[in-house]
Amino acid sequence: MSFEQLLFYLFSGVLLLAGISMVTVRNPVYAALSLIVCFFTSAAIWVTLEAEFLGIVLVLVYVGAVMVLFLFVIMMLDINHDHLKEGFIKYLPVGLLVALVIAVEMILVLSGGGFDGEKYMQGQRHGADYSNTKALGEVLYQQYLYPFEIAAVILLVAIIAAITLTLRRRPNSKSQNIDQQVRVKREDRVRLVKMEAEK
Amino acid sequence: MEFLAAIWSEIPAAVQNIIVILLKIVAILVPLILAVAYTTFAERKIIGYMQVRMGPNRVGPKGWLQPIADVVKLLFKEVIIPTKSNRYIFLIAPMLTLVPAFVAWSVIPFADGMILADINAGLLFILALTSMGVYGIILGGWASNSKYAMLSAMRAGAQVISYEIAMGFALVGVLMAAGSLNLNEIILAQSGSIFSWFIWPLFGLFLVYFISGVAETNRAPFDVAEGESEIVAGFHVEYSGMAFALFFLAEYANMILISALTSLLFLGGWLSPFQGLDFLTELPVLGAIFGNGIHWFLLKTAFFLFFYLWFRATFPRYRYDQIMRLGWKILIPLTIVWIFAEMIAIGLGWRPWE
Repeated sequence: MSFEQLLFYLFSGVLLLAGISMVTVRNPVYAALSLIVCFFTSAAIWVTLEAEFLGIVLVLVYVGAVMVLFLFVIMMLDINHDHLKEGFIKYLPVGLLVALVIAVEMILVLSGGGFDGEKYMQGQRHGADYSNTKALGEVLYQQYLYPFEIAAVILLVAIIAAITLTLRRRPNSKSQNIDQQVRVKREDRVRLVKMEAEK
Repeated sequence: MEFLAAIWSEIPAAVQNIIVILLKIVAILVPLILAVAYTTFAERKIIGYMQVRMGPNRVGPKGWLQPIADVVKLLFKEVIIPTKSNRYIFLIAPMLTLVPAFVAWSVIPFADGMILADINAGLLFILALTSMGVYGIILGGWASNSKYAMLSAMRAGAQVISYEIAMGFALVGVLMAAGSLNLNEIILAQSGSIFSWFIWPLFGLFLVYFISGVAETNRAPFDVAEGESEIVAGFHVEYSGMAFALFFLAEYANMILISALTSLLFLGGWLSPFQGLDFLTELPVLGAIFGNGIHWFLLKTAFFLFFYLWFRATFPRYRYDQIMRLGWKILIPLTIVWIFAEMIAIGLGWRPWE
């Protein structure tokens, strides 16, 4: 077994364990932490596959931003653990059915030849000067420029739509106008009065 | 000497490699930890002088041994774990802040070729690591099971996420100008003379980067996560002894890191400001001082580190909503406009930094 294989088995082992603990632990904060470990180990696996850009971006976006917000929300919720376990037996058949459907779908997709071992055999290794970032950039910004830009615009539209859907104006709510507060000068607030001294 | 060389050649190549890497790590970390210790001393002294006080001057000559005394005190203090806290996360949290703060130093080029890991996507690597430091603060605040610590964790989380966007955009401007994510190449792209440094064409991004760097490290005037007057000490109220010291160490290591990065990305890192002035750099002995080298990098880093202390002594703390406004409504639009202008300049083939 080469060193690279050892790393692969190490990371995938940790990944699987963290994935299992993510769905089984009771404490939601522990679940979020296991998910972070999942992201981290999959990023490590990507790096060993010479996709260092994707690996680092996975850490940057999911670990560095998305999961921070997740934790943020989870910590603020006061979750009743007993309540979560209610009706486990009642919903078990539905859950099993969903799991079965997903399993069958995955088997069909993976055995359909689309993920043939031949196709994904280890290609030739690139040298140290190979830049994954550059390769991705060439594909995204030259070969698939228009699809990529269109996808970006669609996402932007989705963001604006989501904001406008949840935006509600409350005319009576009071808030501070920070621009005005910052721009305030001494003359606006204090009036110095010159008075004759008492005799 | 020959005997040692003989032993060295007996060791297998893989083990040799590991030994060399470990020695390099030690050579980076030991000076870093010493720098952190003496930054705390410098901070107390400088702020002292700014406020017309003496600062620490009792331990050792002129107070020089004060940081050592502090370390010894923290080492011997008991690490108190609150009864109702989540003890595992409580103890892991300080390490989670410290590790990214140290690991980020692995890709910093100290001088030409003086770098531990010269990786392609160095800038992204640093951005990813600095964004992970906030976990320690959030988890530490949560695990302490204290209201002040919890409030501070919330504040820190929201603040770091907001300023990371402005910081990332500022870095986008740098990598557009340099045409590379590799930190060494970013420095080499600034070689030529003092006018090739990125600070001149990217002055706005430089300001945004340093301001968001101060906010990212939770330092004054953005230290609402600590906020002594409002929430006592924030996320580390419940910490004591070495657990507290780790948070402290991470904060200062991050400060030095941001200063080092600002000097690398905008002031040419180890490039000398006298570059291109051959009559100076070719002088017999002084030439080495006027030429490129690690001393310029350290000098520039110390310069920005001084700004941190200066800010702390002069600016009052921002109010929380003002911090959010500054980040989202001023810094982010500014960076977007600057990047757009830079894009047009590059598109027209007008590259003033070359």
